[in-house]
Amino acid sequence: MLISILFGVVLATLYPFIYMIAVSLSSDVHVLKGDVFLWPKGLNFRMYEIVLRDPHISRAYLNTILYVVVGTTFSLLISSAGAFALSKKEMFLNRTFTLLIVFTMFFSGGMIPTFLIVKSYGLIDTVWSMILPTAVSTWNLIILRTFFSGLPKEVEESGKMDGLTDIGTFFRIVLPLSKAVLATICLFYAVGIWNNFFSAMLYLRDADLFPLQVVLRNLVLEGQATANGATSIGGDQLIVDESLKFATIIVSTVPILLIYPFLQKYFTKGTLIGSVKG
Amino acid sequence: MKTTFTPDIAALDELARRPRKPWRVSLNRSKYLLLLILPTMLYYVLFKYVPMFGLVISFKDYNLFKGIWASPWVGLKYYKMFFESPDFYVLIRNTFLLGFYKLLFGFAAPIILALLLNEVKNAFFKRFVQTVSYLPHFISNVVVASMVLLFLSPSSGVVNEFIQWLGFEPINFMMEAEMFRSIYVISDIWQNAGWETIIYLAALTAVDPQLYESAKIDGAGRFKQLLYVTLPGIAPAIVIVLILNVGSVMDIGFEKVFLLYNPSTFETADILSTYVYRTGLQRGNYSYGTAIDLFTSVINLAFIVTANWISRKTSETSLW
Repeated sequence: MLISILFGVVLATLYPFIYMIAVSLSSDVHVLKGDVFLWPKGLNFRMYEIVLRDPHISRAYLNTILYVVVGTTFSLLISSAGAFALSKKEMFLNRTFTLLIVFTMFFSGGMIPTFLIVKSYGLIDTVWSMILPTAVSTWNLIILRTFFSGLPKEVEESGKMDGLTDIGTFFRIVLPLSKAVLATICLFYAVGIWNNFFSAMLYLRDADLFPLQVVLRNLVLEGQATANGATSIGGDQLIVDESLKFATIIVSTVPILLIYPFLQKYFTKGTLIGSVKG
Repeated sequence: MKTTFTPDIAALDELARRPRKPWRVSLNRSKYLLLLILPTMLYYVLFKYVPMFGLVISFKDYNLFKGIWASPWVGLKYYKMFFESPDFYVLIRNTFLLGFYKLLFGFAAPIILALLLNEVKNAFFKRFVQTVSYLPHFISNVVVASMVLLFLSPSSGVVNEFIQWLGFEPINFMMEAEMFRSIYVISDIWQNAGWETIIYLAALTAVDPQLYESAKIDGAGRFKQLLYVTLPGIAPAIVIVLILNVGSVMDIGFEKVFLLYNPSTFETADILSTYVYRTGLQRGNYSYGTAIDLFTSVINLAFIVTANWISRKTSETSLW
């Protein structure tokens, strides 16, 4: 009974993906007849060839990768440095900084003021608009701070004895000791940027800068063709369209699906560190 | 700009009572730490606090060319406009109901799932279910919304194929205003229920195994153990999550509603943030939109403070 309920949960989670993969790999005839449910019929990779050859999608893919790589590095560096400083209770104005940071979880400037301010900084239609406005996540900062305050004092003190400053201690001693939590936060930031649709919608007008999520939305939700000819194959436009859309969804989700199981053992641990002290 | 300085009496008192190193020493000692925190604080000031000051444009007639500070003051004009608008009631109702249903159905799902997982004895199977159920949390809203739209499509969606196979007429789900909330809440549970079990599973591991032993000796079966040992054990975690969820009832993510709604479902789907985007940002009514932004922020703050206050009065758990 218990096992079958949980098996149902697993099925409900995975079936949509299985179905999309099966349809996107099947030949038009079978998709048209609607007899694809679990595995592909008339296996072929044509949809994936079309998706990967499409100039808009490959452009967006490269953009997304750029945003993720630059943004994650930037965010991880800033937040871990900030969190390390916050974990030092003796730091000047520590409480004030903490209060200022936590307050933003409960009150915010809202969509329009944020948009106008970002615009006034000149970030509209630049790569930075995908990186700076979401550079630090307060949750991630708290998780990191809690982790750093749990590190044994002796280790850091040995560094101090050797004449390291706080900055030296942070880079040479604390960061190498924190690989698990850094991997977790790295994953959170990377996924956040990979999935970020909101910033792109607000701050990007230039189609050459669009990340994958925007192109995917334009393709799927607005039914726009991505490239000439991309949707004009096969007999029934609509059905073929469907497998093309599924293929695009799979292509844009695959990196997350692939990396995620390997990092899982890190992130459950990492998240719990944060939830202990909140 | 004028700055005012209010002395912190308590802090001064403390300083007077015990001999302390002057703040210059503390500042000097912290100089490297302050350097490390500088980029973080710069981020919060530039992207969180400056926009908060930007909220003043809701009391002004914002003009793109004059900028925020030079635009003329108009007092509460835009607030009156919003409160008197026929959209006001609909937006409040939609935002509240969507948040309320999300809370009602979305809150129990991860608790039940965590309790079920806790009963699983096979460690491998447990891990497998966990891994799989966390997965949707990492899928983007765009992908989830795309999946919903494609699966529910009246012409080619798999759900309608099934409905037709059963011999019924296909349903145009996304065009039916009364379907929107259910679709939103169900897809939300699919996305988040697994991930939200993490906190409960952590609380469950902290329950003392001896309690189960003594419950067994007292003749409690599995269900009674659940009722009298497990649930009280995770009650603090449940309360914390409940406070957070009640506090964010009106704070529904913009993205998914925006991606799922369309003019034919505005009647139930249009919420405060999507309305701000459409009328404020897209049509350039910046001051009007900002008035609604500030109104929403105040409501959200009031909700979280009230939820925390009630919880502190009725139980011993609270956020602060």
